[in-house]
Amino acid sequence: MTAVDAAGEFRKVNDDDTGEHDVGPVRKTAMWVFLGSEAIFFGAMIATFLLYRNTTNDGPGSEIFDIPFTSASSFVLLMSSLTMVLGHHAYERRDMRQTRIWLSATALLGATFLAGQIFEFTEFIHEGLKASTSPFGSAFYMLTSIHGAHVAIGVTLLLAMVILAFQGRLFPDRGLNVELVGLYWHFVDIVWIVIFTVVYLLQV
Amino acid sequence: MAVTTEPQAPSRIPGGSGVWSWLTTVDHKRIGLLYGTTALVFFIVAGLEALLIRSQLAGPDGDVLSAEAYNQLFTMHGLTMVFLVIMPVAAAFTNYFLPIMIGARDVAFPRLNAFSYWLFLFSGVMIYSSFFLGGAPDGSWVGYAPLSEQITETVRMDFWAIGLNLLGIASIASSVNFISTVFTMRAPGMTLLRMPVFVWMSLVVSFLLLFSLPAVSIGLFQLYFDRNFGTLFYVAQASGDPLLWQHLFWVFGHPEVYVLILPAMGIVSEVLPVFSRKPLFGYPFIVFSGAAIGFVGFGVWAHHMFTSGMGPVAEAGFAIATMIIAVPTGVKIFNWIGTTWGGRLRMDTPMLFSLGFIAMFVIGGLSGVTHAVVPADTQQHDSYYVVAHFHYVLFGGAVFGYVAGAYYWFPKWTGRMLDERIGKWHFWIMLIGFNLAFGPMHILGLNGMPRRTYRYPDGLGWEFWNAMATIGSFIIAVSILLFIYNIIKSKRSGAIAGPDPWDGRTLEWTIPSPPPEYNFAEVPKVNSLDDYWHRKYAEDEEGRLVKMEPVSGGALAVDEAKTGGEDDDPASGIHLPSPSYYPALSALGIVITGFGLVMLPVGWFFVGVGAVVMMWGLFGWSLEPVVKEH
Amino acid sequence: MAEAAHTGSPTPKLYWMIALVLAVLTAIEVSVPYIDALDSVTVPLLLLLGAIKFLMVVGFFMHLKFDRPIYRNLFFIGVIGALIIFSVVLLALQAF
Repeated sequence: MTAVDAAGEFRKVNDDDTGEHDVGPVRKTAMWVFLGSEAIFFGAMIATFLLYRNTTNDGPGSEIFDIPFTSASSFVLLMSSLTMVLGHHAYERRDMRQTRIWLSATALLGATFLAGQIFEFTEFIHEGLKASTSPFGSAFYMLTSIHGAHVAIGVTLLLAMVILAFQGRLFPDRGLNVELVGLYWHFVDIVWIVIFTVVYLLQV
Repeated sequence: MAVTTEPQAPSRIPGGSGVWSWLTTVDHKRIGLLYGTTALVFFIVAGLEALLIRSQLAGPDGDVLSAEAYNQLFTMHGLTMVFLVIMPVAAAFTNYFLPIMIGARDVAFPRLNAFSYWLFLFSGVMIYSSFFLGGAPDGSWVGYAPLSEQITETVRMDFWAIGLNLLGIASIASSVNFISTVFTMRAPGMTLLRMPVFVWMSLVVSFLLLFSLPAVSIGLFQLYFDRNFGTLFYVAQASGDPLLWQHLFWVFGHPEVYVLILPAMGIVSEVLPVFSRKPLFGYPFIVFSGAAIGFVGFGVWAHHMFTSGMGPVAEAGFAIATMIIAVPTGVKIFNWIGTTWGGRLRMDTPMLFSLGFIAMFVIGGLSGVTHAVVPADTQQHDSYYVVAHFHYVLFGGAVFGYVAGAYYWFPKWTGRMLDERIGKWHFWIMLIGFNLAFGPMHILGLNGMPRRTYRYPDGLGWEFWNAMATIGSFIIAVSILLFIYNIIKSKRSGAIAGPDPWDGRTLEWTIPSPPPEYNFAEVPKVNSLDDYWHRKYAEDEEGRLVKMEPVSGGALAVDEAKTGGEDDDPASGIHLPSPSYYPALSALGIVITGFGLVMLPVGWFFVGVGAVVMMWGLFGWSLEPVVKEH
Repeated sequence: MAEAAHTGSPTPKLYWMIALVLAVLTAIEVSVPYIDALDSVTVPLLLLLGAIKFLMVVGFFMHLKFDRPIYRNLFFIGVIGALIIFSVVLLALQAF
């Protein structure tokens, strides 16, 4: 039960005096708080990249990017947000079969994106861009790798939920739930939207 | 003192005894006690480091310590005091009292709370293990590149880089926890503007940490990668920019100092009204100025970089912002003075330390304002004048404030009062020792003595004040010994306190000392700011206080004789989160991983082990229910 | 479960449409740097397109448009804070 007092402020009213609270809004509040800090985390790395966008020493710079390829993998990640939200929608209706399908699809798209990243990196290393080549290289690899690590964690969480769903143990009141993982996943997607625009397209 | 009938001896801290009960606790009060005790231990360690430093500097051409040892000691003194003492002490108070002050039974995420503590403890231990594994960090607590990158034969600065990142994770987790708690778990009627100032300051601090730590985290990762994987973030020879480090560090580092001071200001805002028997003067101003300090505090970081060649535009901008931040700070000082003005003052130890806080902090604030003037700062930078400034605000300010909190709230934690006579000796000796130690450093700095140098030659005119400062530091040590003695003696045989020994105003004084595990038998319903005070006292036509009859029933009339009974147990029907070992296990896994990253390439083994332990802890945690079946 | 009933909640059909819009925006975005006529406005245009995509995912897929204001505030303090702080850092480092 929620109440809005005379000052119009939102606050929680305990339903009974057992001291328990509605975990839904609490966990969601926590997730949004955490995502706010992640914005600073990625902001610092993007700023570092922007500082070093032309500090290529004698090594490759942004001309090494394969825009069509990266566009394709960006599209894949973008569509994974669609499958994620469809999975969440299915879960809200407790359609567990659809939930499993869409969550699996999301994990698959995420893994595809990661495979694309790995392929891209091996190509770049071939062509002479390593993290130790120049500050540009350092900044590029750090930003995209840490983003990739976030994607990998997301894929792990998605697969864990699919397994739980098969076991009939996917509950909305636990920490590992569809809504929260969805928020995390979408965030990882919007970070990539920023990276794709700022790191790749703006440097063309 | 508002002790009523003949009180029983205080009950043991509820929740069982034994190491396992402490290892698995998710009770915010126990976690607060863990933080506080650990912080006290680290305080003694950092104090010993300081005494060694002062011994080396007692006279010219000191040979107590080698340069190598000295560099480790001053680095660890700073790191320990900031991250392993002051921040955990604030966390101790916040953990214990934030839920109670808003009428809640615990924080939003009790297991995450425990996790933050264990991660703090294990990370602190890991950093200190460096003394036995090739030497402690020695590049100053601010670790400026390129110096911090240059020595890779030892892993000292890797301990520092990874260790700080681990501590940062603990703090971010705490911040998420406290913010969620304040926004979703306040008791009925507890609007944001009825919360105690201490809760407000803790909320502002949580936001400061949340938004500043990620910046330094990236900086630390970049530094670590430069040291270990050949990246070039700060390598000037490869066109990297060492100034990027300074910016990323200070974007965190400046809000960090407000993290250190704001909870202490919150404590002072709680103590002054109780010991002046007057409400806090200008509550909304104190709240909003605290928020303003937090906000503007994000805009002044480069005042630590005035000598780095940023150019006049940047320097002027940051100078003005720094001057602006003196305004909300001044507002607080005036409000505190307004609180005590015309009050019936009780000069007990908590009050002495609070008044001492105000005086010392004003001095430190004034030297800070001189730093805001760029040409003046250009002379002061890297000199002992800076050392004087920050010790006045952090010791004279923060430490005095937290000690005030300890004397104020010790009765609530333990059910017994700290000894007043010893407390007064503690205060005066600490005040004298502190001023003798750090006052002269203003003079030394303006006479040209540089920081972070292990020795100074004879004949520069620095000998006398250095000797005085060393004597002062040992006097401080005596006062700390008195404090510890007071704690031990009083825990054993101090006067019984009862629930409300100070005639307080806030909700923690409505429950027994020490409180039961569930805090409140019934969730309180709050009608105003300082609600408890208004239930105890009304005012007559001439504004004098009139004591009211105790209200029967409800959370605010706790009959002490009943709190021990089993069949009368108010706790039946209250489900508290169950203890769990997964938070400690997850924290252990993370620290083992971190240790492995420090000790590469041998460390890859530990990275693997740590990752497995961490995954086990995290998955176990996410799959177990919050309240287990009995 | 979580939240009480919210009005105007998106349906799967709306989600598919938003995904389509995002795809189209991406296609436009990718072609902008290659169109010489747009050279003078490439940077603001790309930033704008990126921002629109960002806000659409945040608003609809992350449901922020329909949720409590507190979530929006918490998140955007971080985003706007990051924008301001790091702009100042980059300016101070003469990155432009």
